[in-house]
Amino acid sequence: MATAQKQLKKELTINLGPQHPSTHGVLRLVLDLDGETVVKCTPHIGYLHRGTEKLGENMTYLSAMPLMDRLDYVSSMTNDIAYCLAVERLFGITAPERAQYIRTMVGEMTRISSHILWLGTHALDIGAMTVFLYAFREREWILDLFEMLCGARLTVSYPRIGGVRNDVSQEFIDSLYKFTDEFPSRILEYETLIDQNRIWLQRTKGIGVISAEEAINWGLSGPTLRGSGVTYDVRKHFPYDAYDKVDFDVPVGQHGDVYDRYRCRMEEMRQSTRIIRQCLEKLPRGPIMAPDAPKLTLPPKEKVLADMESMIHHFVLITKGPMTGQSGEVYSAIEAPKGELGIYFVSDGTGRPYRMRLRAPSFVHVSALPRLSEGALVADVIANIGSVDVVLGECDR
Amino acid sequence: MEPKEIAERIKESFPAEVREVTDFAGQTSVIVGKDSIKAILRFLHDTPELYFDYLADLCGVDYLGKKEPRFEVVYNLYSIRHRHFIRIRAKVPADDCGIESAVDIWAGANWHERECFDLFGITFKGHPDMRRILMPEDWEGHPLRKDYPLKSDLGLMEWRGYTDLLKTVEKNSQYEVR
Repeated sequence: MATAQKQLKKELTINLGPQHPSTHGVLRLVLDLDGETVVKCTPHIGYLHRGTEKLGENMTYLSAMPLMDRLDYVSSMTNDIAYCLAVERLFGITAPERAQYIRTMVGEMTRISSHILWLGTHALDIGAMTVFLYAFREREWILDLFEMLCGARLTVSYPRIGGVRNDVSQEFIDSLYKFTDEFPSRILEYETLIDQNRIWLQRTKGIGVISAEEAINWGLSGPTLRGSGVTYDVRKHFPYDAYDKVDFDVPVGQHGDVYDRYRCRMEEMRQSTRIIRQCLEKLPRGPIMAPDAPKLTLPPKEKVLADMESMIHHFVLITKGPMTGQSGEVYSAIEAPKGELGIYFVSDGTGRPYRMRLRAPSFVHVSALPRLSEGALVADVIANIGSVDVVLGECDR
Repeated sequence: MEPKEIAERIKESFPAEVREVTDFAGQTSVIVGKDSIKAILRFLHDTPELYFDYLADLCGVDYLGKKEPRFEVVYNLYSIRHRHFIRIRAKVPADDCGIESAVDIWAGANWHERECFDLFGITFKGHPDMRRILMPEDWEGHPLRKDYPLKSDLGLMEWRGYTDLLKTVEKNSQYEVR
């Protein structure tokens, strides 16, 4: 009898990942279990470390853009926007108004596509298979729109330092109108599938609870923070691009559990649709690249082929990079779909960043996983991983 | 509160520690020594008018051959309640490459500090779990230091899979169109 009890109390260590489908990439968690309760959760990351910061420090400001696409690979557009805004802030230039509206618009499209992917996979993890199929129908739609816009579906590299690569076509605007008309009804469709579903509610309500103070203390951001009732949104606190010219609400939760984080993201998709709609209606005419900075931004291609001076600027920009001549440092953050994506540049005046630091929201969110999971059941760990919405490409950089 | 005022407050409270206050692109940095960094951060977090509750970012910078002391640990702080922002940059010399940990002030500093240790070799005193995080446990060197090479120069010690690939590339180069 005594030995049997001893055996029952023995802790079991299991290895979740890095190839487990519910870990969303290559996240590895070592879980110490007592029965089905998690006693200790130790995340191991770095399986996807590609040294983006080191590579970026050895490239010019212009050529490091494709690296940004590969951070959070399901929302590459917002990564590029974050990068461009940080460089623009460092150089002291601003994109023209039309480019700002376009960036806002495509940024919100990315938020929708990222949230849809999150919804599909999160529901799949918890056991609701159907949502995934519906979610990917709309995600495909957005990716097709991206293809229409810039030719690429995932790694877009569409924004440029000082503007965007090409103007939007009328065909694109019409298709996006149609999308904003239809999409709210699609959100309702997802909600009818799971919002009142008893299994869904039992798996998400009261799971992974974190209070507002603690969430701030852990450095959580984005919908993961707002699920706890904190109204911190970079788009409202540090408005960039055209966010101060459009009207939108910041949805917050109350309890800080998995369900509230889910509700926040669903509401955010509605708000994003609103923002896109307003951008389309207000889209001003004008240039799409900052015209006043020939030594910092690329001249238009037709000018490069015809005009000697533009060609020299183009050549110097490509070979040596845009040079500011002044050293300084800048921290610039945007509201990426996952949370606050911050970029810290140290410039020494040359065409390459002296230090490029990427503050990835997923990195911080994974660090808080033990706090959310310890004391809960193994099944709740899966719900927690889904609800903080991590992408390991950005976590490991 | 304006960043300038915050810098003044830090100067008043820690006159011996503040080395310089710089301003660039509308952002203010306070450059401090590393000795009482924890007291400064604690002051910023606990004073009700400042209340920097959100550690936006923590990272290291290596100024090899550019500045002395060599390293800097950068804290980007934000107050969600008061909506103000400040950057603290603590100087860390190469021969005494360590600084006090801020984990008891912001729990989120934990992994940022581990990453800083991993990539720069700056140790954080009082950190509960000072291990490598992104690089493998048995890795040698700290990749983001400026004297760490971008490309490997290990020669014969190089990983076999990579040298095999290089040989294939060399063999195929004769078919290149010139």
